[in-house]
Amino acid sequence: MTDLLSKFDPLIQERETLLATGVKDPFSLVMEEVKSPTVAVCNGKETILLGTYNYMGMTFDDDVREAGITALKNFGSGTTGSRVLNGTYSPHKDCEEALKEFYAMDHAMVFSTGYQANLGIISTLAGKGDYVILDIDSHASIYDGCALGNAEVVAFRHNDVEALEKRLKRLPADAGKLVVLEGVYSMLGDVAPLKEMIRVCKENGAMTLVDEAHSMGFIGENGRGVSEEQGVIDDVDFIIGTFSKSVGTVGGFCVSNHPKFEIMRLVCRPYVFTASLPPSVMATASTSIRKLMHSGNKRAHLWENSKKLHKGLRDLGFELGTSEAQSAIIAVIMPDLERGAMMWQALLAEGLYVNLARPPATPANMTLLRCSLCAEHTSEQVDQILGMFEAAGKAVGAI
Amino acid sequence: MASREEMMAKIEKLIGPFNNKGVELKDATTFAGDLEWDSLTVMDFVAAVEDEFDIIITMNMQAEIETVGQLADAVAKLMDS
Repeated sequence: MTDLLSKFDPLIQERETLLATGVKDPFSLVMEEVKSPTVAVCNGKETILLGTYNYMGMTFDDDVREAGITALKNFGSGTTGSRVLNGTYSPHKDCEEALKEFYAMDHAMVFSTGYQANLGIISTLAGKGDYVILDIDSHASIYDGCALGNAEVVAFRHNDVEALEKRLKRLPADAGKLVVLEGVYSMLGDVAPLKEMIRVCKENGAMTLVDEAHSMGFIGENGRGVSEEQGVIDDVDFIIGTFSKSVGTVGGFCVSNHPKFEIMRLVCRPYVFTASLPPSVMATASTSIRKLMHSGNKRAHLWENSKKLHKGLRDLGFELGTSEAQSAIIAVIMPDLERGAMMWQALLAEGLYVNLARPPATPANMTLLRCSLCAEHTSEQVDQILGMFEAAGKAVGAI
Repeated sequence: MASREEMMAKIEKLIGPFNNKGVELKDATTFAGDLEWDSLTVMDFVAAVEDEFDIIITMNMQAEIETVGQLADAVAKLMDS
């Protein structure tokens, strides 16, 4: 018998080697208690959270929690069914209404996760004979959406407008084309030049999908994302987003002005063949989304935090993923996995949680300590965070 | 239409800047095994080939191409179509 798990032996070996150096497993942290969007208890120690994507700190919002409790009482713990059968309750429709209001768009479709939204929309839109053109640094859910569909996949260099344009011009003029872009790329926290890219797509007859997972609620005048910030949101055909970041719960969605969009509910398999989200999740999401529409002050504070952390880390001598803060993600580049894991552990010992990101999730085989800020972090907490980075960085010789 | 030899010569020339280990190139030389290219190098090389011949090598096609000879054949076929 061939052991089907033997293909993972190199990874098992790499993990054992890493853990043998004495570092804790960075991928099995448990939060014993969560006190607020920015503080939890890990290994019995109070820890500042700087790697949660909880950008707007909505997880503990009083109105959001109250709405969830009420829906849990009134509608029960789950729907036990697909959206197209017995799984659509009024909170699901209301959540889609909230999205339409938030984006000022005609159609909204809620999926059980953001991953499934990309999986479903991309695989359904681009079929056999069509082309998906994507940035090489696209999120796993985008690649998996391509793998689930039958389209031809064409990759171009990260954020390279000219490379995108060249490839579009080489494709058959009459073929169906979907260009998939992200507003903020989550590994380095850099922003896409959507204004130029969307123009190039339009000129070459391609439809466009922009994943705004890491910009919703924060970037753009109304928090609609990078495509709003750069003035091209009306030219984007499909926007994908998630509830597990700024919205503060779980779920994914697609919004669009396409007149035929509603048919997607019947033909999109990751939408049809799975149970819908619990009504309590829908109630927390719609309450949060409506509050995010009027969160200009929180957005301003999150920008302050992001800029302050970026400058502070750079002044300490860390190498960062971007030359200035472009989003609420600040990525610290570590020389290798071993030192990245040591630094991660030293930070945790100081009382700070960040994400350790490693290949293949990262571009160019980088090991990253990825920090994501929250609008609920106080300015004093950012000072504390910088102190912890200084102490840990010196302890492990990273600065 | 270039001959197979001419095509191989062009491909080998394009591999040059990426052949850090100075591996001798043959028809059966593999990109992942012999040249030890990572995904990033593959992408830069594919872009160079695409620009040289003004073609698109989709990721679906790339998955089927393991050797230098297979690439030469695939490029010739793409230029023919």
